[in-house]
Amino acid sequence: MSGEAQATVHDDIASRPGRDSIASSLIKWTFVLLSLVFLAALLFAPLVTVFAMAFEKGIHAYVHALVDPDTASAIHLTLVTAAVVVPINTIFGLSAAWAIAKFEFPGKSFLITIIDLPLAISPVISGMSYVLLFGLHGWFGEWLQDHNISIIFAVPGIMLAIMFVTFPYVARELIPLMQQLGNDEEEAAITLGAGGWMTFFRVTLPKVRWGLVYGVILCNARAMGEFGAVSVVSGHIRGLTNTMPLHIQILYDEYNFVGAFAVASLLTLLAVLTLAIKSFVERSGYRRR
Amino acid sequence: MTIKQPSVLPGFGLTFGFTTFFLCTIVLIPLAALVLVAASMTWHDFVHLVLSPRALGSYRLSFGASLLAASINLVFGFIIAWTLVRYEFPGRKIIDALIDMPFALPTAVSGIALVTVFADNGWIGQYLHPLGIKVAYTWIGVTVALTLIGMPFAVRTMQPALLEVQRDLEDAAETLGAGRFYVFRRIILPTVLPALLTGFTLAFARAVGEYGSVIFIAGNLPMKTEITPLLIVIRLEEFDYKGAAALGFVMLVISFVVLLTINLLQAWGRRRIVQGTR
Repeated sequence: MSGEAQATVHDDIASRPGRDSIASSLIKWTFVLLSLVFLAALLFAPLVTVFAMAFEKGIHAYVHALVDPDTASAIHLTLVTAAVVVPINTIFGLSAAWAIAKFEFPGKSFLITIIDLPLAISPVISGMSYVLLFGLHGWFGEWLQDHNISIIFAVPGIMLAIMFVTFPYVARELIPLMQQLGNDEEEAAITLGAGGWMTFFRVTLPKVRWGLVYGVILCNARAMGEFGAVSVVSGHIRGLTNTMPLHIQILYDEYNFVGAFAVASLLTLLAVLTLAIKSFVERSGYRRR
Repeated sequence: MTIKQPSVLPGFGLTFGFTTFFLCTIVLIPLAALVLVAASMTWHDFVHLVLSPRALGSYRLSFGASLLAASINLVFGFIIAWTLVRYEFPGRKIIDALIDMPFALPTAVSGIALVTVFADNGWIGQYLHPLGIKVAYTWIGVTVALTLIGMPFAVRTMQPALLEVQRDLEDAAETLGAGRFYVFRRIILPTVLPALLTGFTLAFARAVGEYGSVIFIAGNLPMKTEITPLLIVIRLEEFDYKGAAALGFVMLVISFVVLLTINLLQAWGRRRIVQGTR
């Protein structure tokens, strides 16, 4: 989503002077109506359905579905995975942005393209490439089995697959931001005798904080919600390698609709929270580039 | 390779080293494994796997539905972006924030929610069913799911472009007697054309690789309602790594072509804006 800008209305075109007001407002409300009908069918109805189905048999059944041990362990695994993956990708994003925005080197635009690569390829392919490396018939499969290390159908594989798909989120937010903000303050700090780390923590980090928050929350939302890549590497072992999105599929396939939609409702709330933080960040003056 | 370091700032070695190392470990080596497994096949085997009737059926659905979904998003993405940029109406800000919902919502959630809404007894499906339109478990359902997940990409690409349209030009044209459609065709459309095409391509790129939201609403019948990513997953579950890698390689090549197209479109758009402001 390049160049995403917060929409700011100029002035309502239908109410400008010199306009044929009846035709103008007719066109206006046709556009508004078309947009609303499209979004209502495709977006609002599914969103409301999640909660309608989750609470179909009452609040008691809803709570009961969430305290189920398998569900609880899926929630636990999802939180642990995000807690590992998001900080690592944040450090990567900061490091990539520092290297790319502060220095000139050959092949820079190629590097930026490669960083964005995981966004362009199917999550199924991301998961599959790890299976080809670490799966039983993969390159390192036998070696890993001889040494009793399990990656595929185990938690490390899930973390690697999620790291792959969420890899660009922080970096692509910070690189254009740091490039635009320039190096003047950092150079001043260094010239005045500050060390590299001090400059980073006291000058750069405060400057880019909103972009960082933005990247981290989007990274977190994708990490907790990723389905395709995880589905390939997980093996779907209940209570062990099931993340929340995978657990939704298992419950749904078992016709346990209250359970499936109860877990889905938690992830929907996460998405709403993500969008709320995102709007808040945008309102505090941060604009995506 | 000489590395020019014009700045007094430290940390190039550390950050550049860590970035490239991490990029190689997490992204490039796994993708290289995929390419090498596909390349280790004989040409005959590769063609046989990639052009099998079941694979061809999956391409037809994946590409057909993705193109259709991207086209729907081209039209409705423009309508929504136009509405949000040009008109003031109650609830505009909330709708604007909710456009990103399909982006933030896990695909498994949108999958089970869509199939519930569009099933024959669902909120919307019950009105389409008497008309003879079956959405869930058909190619129409696949298209609906792909339209939903591509929508934010189309709208968010077109919104900033519509803000760029110079109002003075529109006003001038109208003063000189141009009709609404003429202004749209000669002033608005040329300005936003690169963004329209980029939005279309981004929505298409996202749709081709989509898995989570589709498998719930597709019937997943071979040759009929089976998308290519699902066929890859099925091959992996059969431990047919070569079959999976061959199909994965085809999709990877298509992703590269789409990525290149997006870059070219964006470069074209930037050039046009620079020329326009001169």
